[in-house]
Amino acid sequence: MTAAKNIENKNDKEEYQKKKAEKQKEKLKENIKKTIKALIFWGIILAGFGFFFPERFPAAISMSGRYLKEMVMIFPAVLVIMGLADRWVPTTMVEKHLGHNSSFKGKFLAVFLGTLPTGPMYVAFPIAAELLRKKASLSNVIIFLGVWASLKVPQLGVEIQFIGLKFSILRFIFTLISIFIIGIIMEKMIGLDHFNEIKNK
Amino acid sequence: MIAAVINIIALILLLISFLKSNKKSREALKIALFKGLGLAPQLISLVAVIGIIFAFLSPELIKEFLGGDFSLIQVGAAALFGALMMIPSLIALPLAGSLIEAGASYTPVAAFITTLTMVGFVTIPVELKELGKKITIYRNGLALIFAVIIAFMIGVFI
Repeated sequence: MTAAKNIENKNDKEEYQKKKAEKQKEKLKENIKKTIKALIFWGIILAGFGFFFPERFPAAISMSGRYLKEMVMIFPAVLVIMGLADRWVPTTMVEKHLGHNSSFKGKFLAVFLGTLPTGPMYVAFPIAAELLRKKASLSNVIIFLGVWASLKVPQLGVEIQFIGLKFSILRFIFTLISIFIIGIIMEKMIGLDHFNEIKNK
Repeated sequence: MIAAVINIIALILLLISFLKSNKKSREALKIALFKGLGLAPQLISLVAVIGIIFAFLSPELIKEFLGGDFSLIQVGAAALFGALMMIPSLIALPLAGSLIEAGASYTPVAAFITTLTMVGFVTIPVELKELGKKITIYRNGLALIFAVIIAFMIGVFI
């Protein structure tokens, strides 16, 4: 009986993975199509631009070319780092290390784990909710969310490349200070009881 | 310079990853490829738009609109704009860089980038569901206020 159930489960799992793979393939195809469409669209626009404003065309092309070159130089590496982080830094690890303690070590971990190049914001919210359920301090969770949102490591690289080192350093420092202040204000004003009340309803 | 550093880091990490697990590394590369293809249409548009904008708008014009000193309301508007927009930061950063190069001030750009990343009007439904009303409102509200403060601080120090 259990064996039969196991087999059934296994089949379900395989089915699910097959479906997932198919979905991915479809998305891939769609993205390739979109990319080609964008290429054609902007190719036509640029050609029209060159036809109507031949004297401004070289400036446009040299500007576009420069940015294209800079992007090609940095984006593949950034994407590879993000992909590696996605595989090697499971979200369970984040939960494990942020589960408790609101000491300095907890804050440091919140910052460190937030800067790791993992996933968009909507991935961070469920993790934050889980942390709060596990009684992590609200300030730590808010710090974690803030750092996750705006101080990610590969994005900082892109920021330095395109805007400048001084700007990035200043933004990093002021943003980090702000996130700490926001965390502390919120802990003072809300407290955890409120959250638990909602979740227990 | 930074591009070289990031490329070297990516290569080293990839090497370590492949030494540890072939399968995971392949999956990671696949994820990178997927993400890249997802961003590609926007990147292409961005490259074309930057070219066209800068062929038409002279730096003097950009300086006039986005340069110089900024009032609280203007920076607040830039912050609000960032909160409402849903652009991946990998796209927004090069665009912001091109504006600064053309003469825009750092202050509004800083406000825009800060709220673009920290405040998400589009992701508020998810946040509400996961964290509740009170946390969501406080977090986004405070982030919006602090974005303006951060922007002015950067404007002072840079």
